[in-house]
Amino acid sequence: MVTMAAPAATARTARTDNKVDREDRSTVGHQFVDNARMTCRDVNVYYGEKHAIKNVSIDVGRNEVLAMIGPSGCGKSTFLRCLNRMNDTVDTCRVYGEIRLDELDIYDKSVDVVPLRAQVGMVFQKPNPFPKSIYENVAYGPKIHGLSANRTELDHIVESSLKKAGLWTEVNDRLDQPGTGLSGGQQQRLCIARAIAVRPEVILMDEPCSALDPIATATVEDLIAELQEQYTIVIVTHNMQQAARVSQRTAYFHLGDLIEVGKTDRVFTNPRHKLTEDYITGRFG
Amino acid sequence: MWFENTVKNMNNTKHSAAYTPHDASSREESTMQRVNVGLARRYRRERLFRYCGLGAIIASIGFLLLLFISITANGWTAFIQTEILLDIKFSAEHFDVDNLSAANYGALVKSSMRQLFPDVKNRREKRKLYKLVSSGAVYRLQKMVMKDTGIIGTTQAVWLPADDEVDMFAKGRVDRDLAENNRRLNDKQIHWIDTLSATGRLKKKFNTTFFTAGDSREPELAGIRGATAGSLFTLAVTLFLSFPIGVATAVYLEEFAPKNKWTDLVEVNINNLAAVPSIVFGLLGLAFFLNILGMPRSAPLVGGLVLTLMTLPTIIIASRASLKSVPPSIKEAALGVGASKMQAITHHILPLALPGMMTGTIIGMAQALGETAPLLMIGMVAFIVDVPGSVTDPATVLPVQIYLWADSPERAFVERTSAAIMVLLAFLISMNAIAVFLRRKFERRW
Repeated sequence: MVTMAAPAATARTARTDNKVDREDRSTVGHQFVDNARMTCRDVNVYYGEKHAIKNVSIDVGRNEVLAMIGPSGCGKSTFLRCLNRMNDTVDTCRVYGEIRLDELDIYDKSVDVVPLRAQVGMVFQKPNPFPKSIYENVAYGPKIHGLSANRTELDHIVESSLKKAGLWTEVNDRLDQPGTGLSGGQQQRLCIARAIAVRPEVILMDEPCSALDPIATATVEDLIAELQEQYTIVIVTHNMQQAARVSQRTAYFHLGDLIEVGKTDRVFTNPRHKLTEDYITGRFG
Repeated sequence: MWFENTVKNMNNTKHSAAYTPHDASSREESTMQRVNVGLARRYRRERLFRYCGLGAIIASIGFLLLLFISITANGWTAFIQTEILLDIKFSAEHFDVDNLSAANYGALVKSSMRQLFPDVKNRREKRKLYKLVSSGAVYRLQKMVMKDTGIIGTTQAVWLPADDEVDMFAKGRVDRDLAENNRRLNDKQIHWIDTLSATGRLKKKFNTTFFTAGDSREPELAGIRGATAGSLFTLAVTLFLSFPIGVATAVYLEEFAPKNKWTDLVEVNINNLAAVPSIVFGLLGLAFFLNILGMPRSAPLVGGLVLTLMTLPTIIIASRASLKSVPPSIKEAALGVGASKMQAITHHILPLALPGMMTGTIIGMAQALGETAPLLMIGMVAFIVDVPGSVTDPATVLPVQIYLWADSPERAFVERTSAAIMVLLAFLISMNAIAVFLRRKFERRW
């Protein structure tokens, strides 16, 4: 936190006058990219009466890691869960606006959430492996989607997914052991392996390291860097250093508003909005 | 700093129980002293609470023991039955080869008795003598002949069941010092019993009749097989209806139903139904299943339907609770990899919730097994001798059988009542054991 604050503080003293005022809630920075994987336009989310996401428009580029940061309750997780319609499970939740995966409007009536979630995988805050064997955990997705014709193919999918998740060498001799018997970091990588086993295009990560110790966190972060070559990743995090380490672009949310989006190093070194600056310098959050 | 002082003080109190005030400020001293004063009271309360709990457990175990001991003491003798050894002469003149079952087996028993006590001449006395052997003895002889016609023309030594009064006397349940007119057996009969006993013709044997026969007006011929079969048929119907319906209802309410005032109303009503007196379900069964649908009276099918109505709320409530206890992260994980809602439920949530559901179901079943009142209303209280062979045959159930026997005047039904209670308790205990076993087996402990 302290290391982050130093350059930001100097930036602030240098260009105080250029900052966007605290009261202004329109988005600043580079919201849109060319050839985007996901495009979100004027997204509004309500939980009953509560307006949780206000007019958010943002693109997620191909093979980029987009980090979403912001204080607790700012709506970053809510927004993340809109991207694969996980919010459908919440009765009171209503989503307005347009979210496209490539050309597909994912909130269109004709869209089935089952194949959508196969394309947009998700990794949760708390590692949540099924209370089944490691093999079954990874094989579950391919099985229900019929991605493998036979056992050999399935074995192959499981192996390659575990390899991509960097877990293969640790578990290849005990695939029939319960997934819940692994350590926290291994469980989270198992969950990542489970998500990539269905070959998604986008992986959503909701604070994937918040329940992990620093070493396990470092492993998962390395993994994210590797996965980026094949997948588009949207990650919500409370940890600003993590956002700085793993992402190319960072989006700062504040009370349901998307305040600032931009290249990660620019957002952290030279935030253009007062609120962003206050947050990353540790004034609140 | 202040907390360093506090830490030091805490160390002090830890090492020496007496607190020394001079090394700390007066404010902290008063805090520590107050805590120390209150501590004794806190521990006293805790001790008191523990003793109360212990006392409650001892009292409940005591009552349970009292129950078991009194039932066992009353009932164990029902598992043995006094029998009399008679030399039966199957003389050929009594039998018609084409119609063996119509032979006068009573006459065989009577002539055998006359042979044993040749000095009994008086007709009234003879009748008293014949009464020592159960009226069911003829069926045993009949069965013997039907099984092996070769014994016709021979004389066989056969153990025949004694009458229930003889049985009671032999078991010491009737006091021989009682005035004669207060006894069901007169002095002559007691003399004959003593003679039989002295010559080794009176013996107590394991009472197989109790487990193989249906109900009877004669205690020595009465058994619980009919009631047990009735109970099993009724429970089978109840289980096959209430488990799927209950689980499906719980899954729908928990996972699919929108949360609005209608589902709230349904929930409140289910909870209320769990508290409705069971006889009300009996009345409903009488009015609807018997009178409107015209189903057979006294049938386990109707009993099962009525008990299904009664156990459904229990199963639904238990199933919903166990569905609720499945961590939502598991469902999210399944949905996250693209499982449909149905797949998430059947692949992940149901297997995790199943042990709790089964426990709830078995508790509901145990409740149904012990239920009497609703079954009285649909006619399962009738006197039924035959063992039911299907769910539509007239039948009774164990608790109703207990009720019927407890209502009977014969002395020998007292022990049979207790014995039937023992059998019912054995059923309940084994059902609970199954519940524990299933829970252990299906529970995922990882």
